[in-house]
Amino acid sequence: MTLALDTLGRLESEAIHIFREVAGEFDRPVILFSGGKDSTLLLHLAIKAFYPAPVPFPLLHVDTGHNFDEVIEFRDRVVAQHGLRLEVAKVQDWIDDGRLEERPDGTRNPLQTVPLLDSINEHKYDAVFGGGRRDEERARAKERIFSLRTAFGQWDPKRQRPELWNLYNGRHRAGEHVRVFPLSNWTELDVWNYIEREGIELPDIYYSHQRDVFLRDGMWLAEGPWGTARDGETLLRKTVRYRTVGDGSCTGAVESDASDIHAVIAEVSASRLTERGATRADDRLSEAAMEDRKREGYF
Amino acid sequence: MSDLLRLATAGSVDDGKSTLVGRLLYDTKSVLADTLDAVHRASADRGLATPDLSLLVDGLRSEREQGITIDVAYRYFATPKRSFVLADTPGHVQYTRNTVTGASTAQLAVLLVDARKGVIEQTRRHAAVLALLGVPRLVLAVNKIDLVDYDEVTFSRIAKEFTAHATALGYTEDSVVEIPVSALAGDNVVEKSANTPWYSGPTLLEHLENVPVEPDPHDAPFRFPVQYVIRPRTAEHLDYRGYAGLVAAGTVKPGDEVVVLPSGRRSTVTKIDTADGELAEAAAGQSVTLLLADDIDISRGDLISVTGNEPTVTDELDATLCWLAEKPLRAGARVLVKHGTRTVQAMVTELRDRFDEQNLSSVDSPASLELNEIGRVALRLAEPVPLDDYSFSRRTGSFLVIDVSDGSTLAAGLVGAPLPLLENGVESCTGGSAATPDNHALVSPGP
Ligand SMILES: Nc1nc2c(ncn2[C@@H]2O[C@H](COP(=O)(O)OP(=O)(O)OP(=O)(O)O)[C@@H](O)[C@H]2O)c(=O)[nH]1
Ligand SMILES: [Mg+2]
Repeated sequence: MTLALDTLGRLESEAIHIFREVAGEFDRPVILFSGGKDSTLLLHLAIKAFYPAPVPFPLLHVDTGHNFDEVIEFRDRVVAQHGLRLEVAKVQDWIDDGRLEERPDGTRNPLQTVPLLDSINEHKYDAVFGGGRRDEERARAKERIFSLRTAFGQWDPKRQRPELWNLYNGRHRAGEHVRVFPLSNWTELDVWNYIEREGIELPDIYYSHQRDVFLRDGMWLAEGPWGTARDGETLLRKTVRYRTVGDGSCTGAVESDASDIHAVIAEVSASRLTERGATRADDRLSEAAMEDRKREGYF
Repeated sequence: MSDLLRLATAGSVDDGKSTLVGRLLYDTKSVLADTLDAVHRASADRGLATPDLSLLVDGLRSEREQGITIDVAYRYFATPKRSFVLADTPGHVQYTRNTVTGASTAQLAVLLVDARKGVIEQTRRHAAVLALLGVPRLVLAVNKIDLVDYDEVTFSRIAKEFTAHATALGYTEDSVVEIPVSALAGDNVVEKSANTPWYSGPTLLEHLENVPVEPDPHDAPFRFPVQYVIRPRTAEHLDYRGYAGLVAAGTVKPGDEVVVLPSGRRSTVTKIDTADGELAEAAAGQSVTLLLADDIDISRGDLISVTGNEPTVTDELDATLCWLAEKPLRAGARVLVKHGTRTVQAMVTELRDRFDEQNLSSVDSPASLELNEIGRVALRLAEPVPLDDYSFSRRTGSFLVIDVSDGSTLAAGLVGAPLPLLENGVESCTGGSAATPDNHALVSPGP
């Protein structure tokens, strides 16, 4: 028997260690859970970290109201299956009572930050697990595993603490909280390889299927509560899948025949585009779109 | 051969670290098309004729505005031979804490110098930090070799000077390799250069792919800091009580006799549990749950160790600190020490000496330790803690010094005296030929 861990074993071990550190040092942690692949992986690792005891944290989903039905259905099924507690913060509620205003372009992705920060304050969460990975984007590549946020939920990249060895410093003052990223060192391919190895179930929309889509800004968008094709855009039936799952108004599908995990792994290995570049309109806004959103308190 | 190498860059501001990392990613075809397009666009916007590859890693707005690196960027890439986790660190002295962050987990550091300037103050500072942290291997990349007309004599002079310095810091000759490179033009980074016919060694990538990596030694004595006690209290697992943690050193098997520190109580491992089933053995780096034969009081912060070869349990700590905070450390300071999974109150009772990393000497009883200085201190802990020497075990010989009031991390702490010169207590040489400081002012000092 060889004791050396392979890449996935090493990443799993590191993530489990991070979950247990937070359980040991914080009073009120919460896991951000959307039903997407990274948060499903996060939950899978949390379950493993505390086995055979239940996961000692609740889940939180900031629901833009622009999610894919399949993903919400999957989210609720997973929560019920594991007997977990899920808190849902609905962007719609914030719009209805005037705390938020709908944007002219109709996208709700940037509107998630306020409900997130309000929920953190209301429930006094002191550690918030997110599924962010450093390989997603170059501002994320600068993120610590334990990332301190001010009482206003803000990230100041110049004031990051040194993070030495695997000793994480989670100390914070009242009102501040720490974002924790157990998947920091995973690449997109690691995620898919691990999903295969562990047989983790995902929402169907990650695998190829037929869908009516229209082309906008070089991305295949689906119709939904967020709108449909405008003048000059045509709805077409295509064989597609999603590489990331976020707000429907700005998450694009990719044309793909990859109908199972093996095909997805082959496709991701050969892809010449990053998952965000291929599918996220929100990151194309400017050179520092992600950094700006993170500074405001985004995931 | 290990399939993974963790490496960090180091060296003074503008020596070309980010450009070198960008070049490495670019020439190994690790950059995806949309990322590359973004770099092409951004370079064109800045009026550059060729793409500025440092933009692949300098991901923050203020980094791009100032043209410097502020925080560590982590990048992942692979060649058919190996996978790499690469930490690109800042060269500016103000952000040394971020360099320490990147280097603390590195198995190799690529230390850059500008061929026109050679070894300068910040090179020596980083070399000292790397030696202190015990980064086992160094590459000296003599960069911008294009700006000295690919001159062999310049390269040899710098290589010789640096090797002597590294040797004095405790590096053996075969743990340091010198390579002439141009990050900008790509010479000897991935492709062998026709401009340096006098150089017969490996390219940077060849070296990174083939350098031996020391795995976690399996014959090290077993150490297991307890992170969390798992007690399901469900009908199915009524009496389950497992101690969750990551094996810090050595290996463990069911049947092994262990001691719980600091209490000193002994027991036997009955089971190594994971969500995937029981294990016959667990080794350093693995997250597992241990079950013991006896019902003894164990909680987060305790350390489970092999019997016989145990760490010292003491409330007097002799340590070396790399001070990372703006406000200086003085004797009498009250701090928190986070060691393994235990955080205890502590007082700095004495500043023994300060390491002068420029002259490789030490200064006795300094009045303070300032930002980025390395020094030996004595600490008194509020309760006894099981300690290993850092040079014996990186994971159980390291600790954080934390500010009591705002929780910030003040210093990297290492049990004992990992730097050879400090250990030997070389006579102080105060007022000697202090090297001239780097005069690289930040474009804007920032908050
Ligand atoms: N001629 C020449 N210029 C180079 C070379 N490598 C880097 N440069 C230039 O040197 C400048 C600084 O490069 P960076 O890669 O940002 O330096 P750095 O070491 O990452 O700087 P910090 O991260 O701020 O410490 C840029 O203008 C580069 O284009 C080289 O090999 N030759
Ligand atoms: Mg740089």
